[in-house]
Amino acid sequence: MAADTPVEYIKHHLQNLTYGKLPAGYERADGTVVEEATWTMARTSQEAMDMGFMAVHVDTMGWSIFIGVVFLALFRFAAKRATTDTPTGLQNVVEMTVEFVQGIVRDVFHGKNPIIAPLALTMFVWIFLMNSLKLIPVDYIPSIAHAMGLEYFKIVPTTDPNGTFGISIGVFLLILFYSFKVKGPGGFAKELSFTPFNHWSLVPFNLVLELLALIIKPVSLALRLFGNMYAGEVVFILIALLPLWVQWTLNVPWAIFHILVVTLQAFIFTTLAVVYLSAAHEDH
Amino acid sequence: MNINLTLIGQSIAFFIFVWFCVKYVWPPITEAMAARQKKIADGLSAADRASLDLELAQEKASKELQKAKEEAAGLIDQANKRAAQIVEASKDDARKEGEKIIEQAKAEIQQERVQARDALRAEVATLAVAGAEKILERSVDAKAHSEMLDKLAAEL
Repeated sequence: MAADTPVEYIKHHLQNLTYGKLPAGYERADGTVVEEATWTMARTSQEAMDMGFMAVHVDTMGWSIFIGVVFLALFRFAAKRATTDTPTGLQNVVEMTVEFVQGIVRDVFHGKNPIIAPLALTMFVWIFLMNSLKLIPVDYIPSIAHAMGLEYFKIVPTTDPNGTFGISIGVFLLILFYSFKVKGPGGFAKELSFTPFNHWSLVPFNLVLELLALIIKPVSLALRLFGNMYAGEVVFILIALLPLWVQWTLNVPWAIFHILVVTLQAFIFTTLAVVYLSAAHEDH
Repeated sequence: MNINLTLIGQSIAFFIFVWFCVKYVWPPITEAMAARQKKIADGLSAADRASLDLELAQEKASKELQKAKEEAAGLIDQANKRAAQIVEASKDDARKEGEKIIEQAKAEIQQERVQARDALRAEVATLAVAGAEKILERSVDAKAHSEMLDKLAAEL
């Protein structure tokens, strides 16, 4: 582990594996200077930061795609073998999940759109599985990655704001898309201008309020998920700093508690996204 | 905690996953579930129908049974009546036959009696002639006295 003090240990654990572009003439941590702009792995947090926007968190992307593929492969496998006879094993689990999501959509979504239910299923299971990665002890996978020569490795994509904002921006784009599609540009503009106060003199006020409310939606979605997961992760890291013989007394209850948090956050994210999309489908 | 291209990558991954789920995962699962639901509903209604059918069949069977019993009772009744008729008829026949036989017998007896009387009459005439011959000790001309003899014989 490239960490000697607790602070370094924590910082190290909270740093993503970053692949990005260093500007020309940048002095790296070991004193070498890059001649021209180059794409490379960041070796320190400072380097990762200096890469700016032109960088990718390889661990976040890798794990989220891996988890997504696992989810889709599993469900596709179950879907292909789905029979109308007595379901068993995997099919039971898959159908339970599908029915659970169908229940959410039925309760919350009032429009008619066949995309919403599978969208909610994708969000729920994907986020649930990504969150679940947190239950893997904090040092296992980073240690393996370190042995393979990777300096940083953070496996839970939802503890990376990029990960959660990526999904919530996707939801935001869908909200905009369906708002325009269902209400039409005029209807959407009218809704933004004349709610909550239906008077022409208050249009600017309404507009500010409604646009803010619109933009807050993806931000709150992403920050809620990220905040919960990140805080949980930090606590796990702090527990990992304690002496070995006392760790389990805190780790076990916290992990058990997190089984709840993991599911709950996935559920909240999905439900709220469906609520927002339902509002986008309502034409007044 | 830097915001960077990961954001866009994650969004793209999200849309691809959603697209895949919408196209390849959701439809077969929900179709299978709906099909099973329909199958179960059909099965239940079929069971309902079957029990109704059973009830109807039982009712029909008991009706048939009742009808068969009535028919059998009717047949037995008829047969009894018929038998009684036959017995009555044969009794009648027998009586008639008997009467006929008795009648015949009576007629025969009568006839035989007449015959016997006739024979006896003839015999008596001969005997009387023979007796008279003996008494007179001489031959009587049967022809000459036949008128008298016939009168005698008719008186017997």
